[in-house]
Amino acid sequence: MVKKPKPDLRVEIGSCILENPVMVASGTFGYAEEFKGFMDLRKLGAIVTKTITVKPRSGNLPPRTCETPSGMLNSVGLENPGIGSFIKEKIPFLEDLSIPIIVSIASEDKPDEFLVLAELLDRIKAVSAIELNISCPNIKKDRLISQDASETFNLVKAVRGITGKCLITKLSPNVTSVPEIALAAQEAGSEAVALVNTFIGMSIDIHKRASRINSLVGGLSGPAIRPLAVRMVWEVYNKIKVPIIGMGGIMDIESAIEFVLAGATAVSTGTANFIDPAISLGIVSGLRKHMEDNNIADLREIRGKLKICAD
Amino acid sequence: MTATQVKVKIISNRKIKNNCWRLELDSGAIARSASPGQFLEIKVCDEGLPLLRRPISIHGVNGSRVQLIYEVVGSGTRVLSGRRKGEFLDIIGPLGKGFEYGRKPVGKSVLVAGGMGVAPLLFLARRLKPAKPLVLIGAGSKEQLLCLQEFKAFGCRMAIATDDGSAGFKGKVTEMLDRLLREMPDAGRPGNIYACGPQPMLKAVAKICRGHNISSQLSLERHMACGFGACLGCVVSTKSGYKRVCKEGPVFKGEELVW
Repeated sequence: MVKKPKPDLRVEIGSCILENPVMVASGTFGYAEEFKGFMDLRKLGAIVTKTITVKPRSGNLPPRTCETPSGMLNSVGLENPGIGSFIKEKIPFLEDLSIPIIVSIASEDKPDEFLVLAELLDRIKAVSAIELNISCPNIKKDRLISQDASETFNLVKAVRGITGKCLITKLSPNVTSVPEIALAAQEAGSEAVALVNTFIGMSIDIHKRASRINSLVGGLSGPAIRPLAVRMVWEVYNKIKVPIIGMGGIMDIESAIEFVLAGATAVSTGTANFIDPAISLGIVSGLRKHMEDNNIADLREIRGKLKICAD
Repeated sequence: MTATQVKVKIISNRKIKNNCWRLELDSGAIARSASPGQFLEIKVCDEGLPLLRRPISIHGVNGSRVQLIYEVVGSGTRVLSGRRKGEFLDIIGPLGKGFEYGRKPVGKSVLVAGGMGVAPLLFLARRLKPAKPLVLIGAGSKEQLLCLQEFKAFGCRMAIATDDGSAGFKGKVTEMLDRLLREMPDAGRPGNIYACGPQPMLKAVAKICRGHNISSQLSLERHMACGFGACLGCVVSTKSGYKRVCKEGPVFKGEELVW
């Protein structure tokens, strides 16, 4: 009998090499410290931090979260200590982990803030990549950057001009065509796209006749959005060349592989981190076992290789 | 002890009164390290809904047993009430910052409980036992009063208030607290007031304590997504900005909170 090759879990996201394809989504993993008691953080493929802005942000009024059928709504509103405190207080811990650290950034008022942030992060060795959060539904704006292809192109292009770090663009599902925005990001020099951010949703308490979260609308995440997210990953996979980081309700090994079959190079756990803080490492070992059991040496063999269901 | 995620065996899960249940879990590690005011995040079912854990405060510990009481108010607690003896529950805990109390408390301690607010305060009463705290318990009616015998067993002095007057003082437990403090001689004034109950009650306790210049410690309840400081969903407004109920709380100084 031929000995099965040991599966190689490594994947490349632009210039970043991940030991395995399991990451954690921005905003669901704090700055990683919150999870150190539950798991060996060094075994993660990569960590994406909570989004950082130039100035500290106190975030939205509570209540900020509520559970919905198979999901949750949140309207945290990018609460964060600001880039200065982040670099001073959070980077040292992240640096010690010696795994790819991806810093998520966003602007509050002007897109130029992305440039300020990218320039500061460009100087930090521990930062492997920058994720452009142009898709947060919880900041007061008429329209998100990621809801317009030319704005997306201009922003990514501008950031590309000032940093050599790997650039990832986080896309919104709240658009008519995600591939159109993904293409704009790719053309402007984004080395990968992350999709999807949360879906804008509402939940109402009929007894109080009031919204369950203070901001009225919030971002929906969890298994409830998974089929929508898988569909969007598939659509984007068929249109672009750069790697996709797929996410949306990944709770277990099966749902992680679903995203790979739809075309994702890496996957991120999100809401699941709140319920089962070490779930991402469970997915890493489950993935290795699935590859061994199915004689898969490299995930490339199954990436985007979904078949049409036939009777 | 830092919080850990563990599977623990259910020793018992029984209805005690109305919609209130008592759950007893077998976990020596949690029983040893838990302090009053801390809570557990419980995955009420291994698969299916609800999705998120439910935070429930620790009611007491006895040897390796951890006791909780909860009211069935929604889908999470309903599913929890269906779990049986011998089954295992996935829990994270102990979580949060509990009540602060010295080994030898300065002045008397007064505990103010409204409804299910007795849950963490009984645990605190046990730890304060040598100091024989005064416990004020409020509920809608006599029928809804909880844990009277348990507090008595710890040697606590008790005063009861019911909205309908079916037991004790007729009115809110906070009115009773205010009267009590007014009538108290300066020398007998309590050093600490600990409270847990519905939001309006806690707000009233904070106001009364401010009026009498006494420090209060209030245990808050909020919906949480994670319970361990990551999601920033359960924040409460304080004089130094938003604080997480799950991490910097659930117990806060009354004078720190912004209502």
